[in-house]
Amino acid sequence: MGDVVLEIKNLTRRFGAFTAVDALTLSVNAGEVFGLLGSNGAGKTTTIKMLTTLLPPTSGEACVAGFSITTQAVGVRRAIGYVPQAVSVDGSLTGYENLLIFAKLYDLPHREQPARIKEALEFMNLTADAGRLVSEYSGGMVRRLEIAQSTLHRPKVLFLDEPTVGLDPIARDAVWKHLVDMRANYGTTLFFTTHYLEEAESHCDRIAIMHLGKVAALGTCQELEASLGTGHTLNDVFVHYAGSALDSGNNFRAVAAERATAERLG
Amino acid sequence: MTATFIHPFTGFIEKTLVITEFELRKLRHDFTELVTRALQPALWLLIFGQVFSRSGMMHTGNIPYLDFIAPGILAQSVLFVAIFYGINVIWERDLGIVQKFLASPTPRAALVLGKGFSAGFRTLSQAAIVYGLSLLLGVKLNWSPLALLNVLIIVVLAATLFSTFSLIIACIVKTRERFMGVGQVLTMPLFFASNAIYPTDIMPGWLKTISHLNPLTYVVDALRTFMLAGSTSTFGLGFDYAIILLTTTILVIIGARLYPRLAT
Repeated sequence: MGDVVLEIKNLTRRFGAFTAVDALTLSVNAGEVFGLLGSNGAGKTTTIKMLTTLLPPTSGEACVAGFSITTQAVGVRRAIGYVPQAVSVDGSLTGYENLLIFAKLYDLPHREQPARIKEALEFMNLTADAGRLVSEYSGGMVRRLEIAQSTLHRPKVLFLDEPTVGLDPIARDAVWKHLVDMRANYGTTLFFTTHYLEEAESHCDRIAIMHLGKVAALGTCQELEASLGTGHTLNDVFVHYAGSALDSGNNFRAVAAERATAERLG
Repeated sequence: MTATFIHPFTGFIEKTLVITEFELRKLRHDFTELVTRALQPALWLLIFGQVFSRSGMMHTGNIPYLDFIAPGILAQSVLFVAIFYGINVIWERDLGIVQKFLASPTPRAALVLGKGFSAGFRTLSQAAIVYGLSLLLGVKLNWSPLALLNVLIIVVLAATLFSTFSLIIACIVKTRERFMGVGQVLTMPLFFASNAIYPTDIMPGWLKTISHLNPLTYVVDALRTFMLAGSTSTFGLGFDYAIILLTTTILVIIGARLYPRLAT
């Protein structure tokens, strides 16, 4: 499936004595939909934060679209889109304004901006609501706007941290439909974390299950299921590789933020 | 992705203005903030100012006391509005907005300075209020266009300075509760250790020294010189401007270094 767009080598991040990500090594091909699974505290979000240049690694290296996250951060930032887990569009601006500011920050040529924004709004089915304040949007609309905002500049890799958390099944399906279309139209590589196994199963080309900061299992869903013998589901795979984790999990602030996000979106 | 080459400095200015523009667009959607802010300078001028003016306890040379404190109250209300500006970035961090901007190629200093400028433009309403109250109280104002322009510039710069200071505190404490505590602790000392409501001449030596290290003192001095008819600067306007610009630059550089901490 083409070239490697994401190359992670021995990526490590420690917080004091705690090792959140432990010598992670992984590569993702261009145009792939790659899911990072794992229980709370497995190191998924820390990994995404390092790959999006928000958090410097303690050691190790990663290359995103040919740029080093440690020495060519600005190059990485130009090549990626990022949808954080929490709500990342501004409720006190309209949908259109939220897109316009990112069109400007990513240096889209001035003359192309209106057409690009119009296309993004149509693509995400938000044209009718473009002039409304985002604080009046539903959860599914907010997520679709966030994805539109992060992909205006046609990133090579789109990082999504729990893109469907807090959404009802219909909104979740709509978000996935748009993500899948985007890969088909622009060849965008999708790298996302999720708790929902059925999402991983139906949309991912490959998954990695993280456990205590390391990759515990890597492959297509079918390969991982087959690795346990016949008749196993992805749920069995997950329990097998990540199930022994105590709920070391999130701290109070992370849990509060996650629930607040779910509430705001739901 | 088009590989357009953008000159770093032009890019920086352009991005700063983009951030400012969108911060100000938010204001368009909610005006209540501007109205509620009018109350504090009104209280200081109409009550505190009137009472102390009648008491005749303050010796402010050949300028009446009310005239003396009008620019001081403008500087104070700019300080009070700007010093709590950092709460916005904590709010944006608790959502995911700060993280998304930091993952974009925008220079960090442009994110910080853009927010600072927007705080600056927001506080221009305070200038309008203080001028209105001053007219009402018979303060002898200097209406020359050049003087007015300078007042506007000083107000924007002062708000940029103190809101950037506020943003730095936000980057360090990271939570709303701690931020409010630190903000409360800082405002009053900055205000009292300045020449806003009394001249530095009547201060004890130690306080006078502190007031000379306080950027607010130079903001007040510049505002007083430009706002009042026939007023002269204590430190020299060039020196006032130099201190304000230098402090702002240093704070923006520190803020740009600390801002990425909000994403972790």
